[in-house]
Amino acid sequence: MIVHLAMLLAFQLAGETLSRGLGLIIPGPVIGMVLLLVFFIAAPKVAAAVQPTTNGLLSHLSLLFVPAGVGIVAHLDKLGQDGLPILLALLVSTALSIAVGALVFVGLARLVGGRA
Amino acid sequence: MNSLPEIWTYLAQEPLLWLTATLVAYAVGDALFRASGKRPYVNPVLIAVVLLAALLWAARIPYPIYFEGAKFVHFMLGPATVALAAPLYANLGKIKASAIPMIGALVAGSVTAIISALGIAYAMGVRGEVLLSLAPKSVTAPVALGVSEAIGGSPTLTAVLVILTGIMGAVMATPLLNLLRIKNWQARGFAVGVASHGIGTARAFQVNETAGAFAGIGMGLNAVLTAIIAPWIVRLFM
Repeated sequence: MIVHLAMLLAFQLAGETLSRGLGLIIPGPVIGMVLLLVFFIAAPKVAAAVQPTTNGLLSHLSLLFVPAGVGIVAHLDKLGQDGLPILLALLVSTALSIAVGALVFVGLARLVGGRA
Repeated sequence: MNSLPEIWTYLAQEPLLWLTATLVAYAVGDALFRASGKRPYVNPVLIAVVLLAALLWAARIPYPIYFEGAKFVHFMLGPATVALAAPLYANLGKIKASAIPMIGALVAGSVTAIISALGIAYAMGVRGEVLLSLAPKSVTAPVALGVSEAIGGSPTLTAVLVILTGIMGAVMATPLLNLLRIKNWQARGFAVGVASHGIGTARAFQVNETAGAFAGIGMGLNAVLTAIIAPWIVRLFM
């Protein structure tokens, strides 16, 4: 497990280095994810071995957002008098985005005929 | 022997107390979520955040002191993002077969999120820095902050909007997609990842592994797309 955790951190480090080094907008962990995916494709045995560690980490992904979530409470006053329009904009646009995205996905999947 | 207030004064400044509090608050949220039969509006993140915010407010603990403890949990976001490679790898076949639906849903979901948020806020009289801060709200925090700064928004405000969007997406996704009668896990997950980044992805993983994997891709792709198109779209509202 320690080896697998070290591997995740090493890929994050590599991603961070590339992101900073090349001045990319994509954050280091996202680049690390792509690098690890490429590595898994090259070494499928490693992918199977790492699975328990990644499953453990991802099954409680929600927990990792709690500290940042607590931080927003301290900044809620930043919304000020724009609070209501902003909340309404967030609510409606999130619902629209999910609905439009899912409908387009399903529609195109039918068109292409690649239904899973 | 120290008195109770002295012990409290010591512990309240130490990382241990706030790290423990974070895990306990999440455990309570998760227990309630399970007890409710995994109902989407009983969101563990939301419950934990409310509990901790109330505790900090009551004990008058400033956020930086809380974060000294909570940062250990926060730090794991990086390796967890890297770990998303595992479900992506497990779903590689499905992903390759769904390239065209994904590209279409990415563009449609991303553009809808930005234009509808800006449009609604603009129509209700929001202008300037606050309006611009809205544009990248569907994107994972590190990218959203960078985009916000680049287009003249306030990164701090964007951080708040990003988290709010994530929680809203996580709470509304299941009932909304059921209402639309969309049963395809790939479509459901992908749309949630595009609209509400990591918090939506975490929710997708609670429901279905394929949905989680596709949410992870949606989140990653939209981070890139929004960074490219947001600066162009905000010009329409200047």
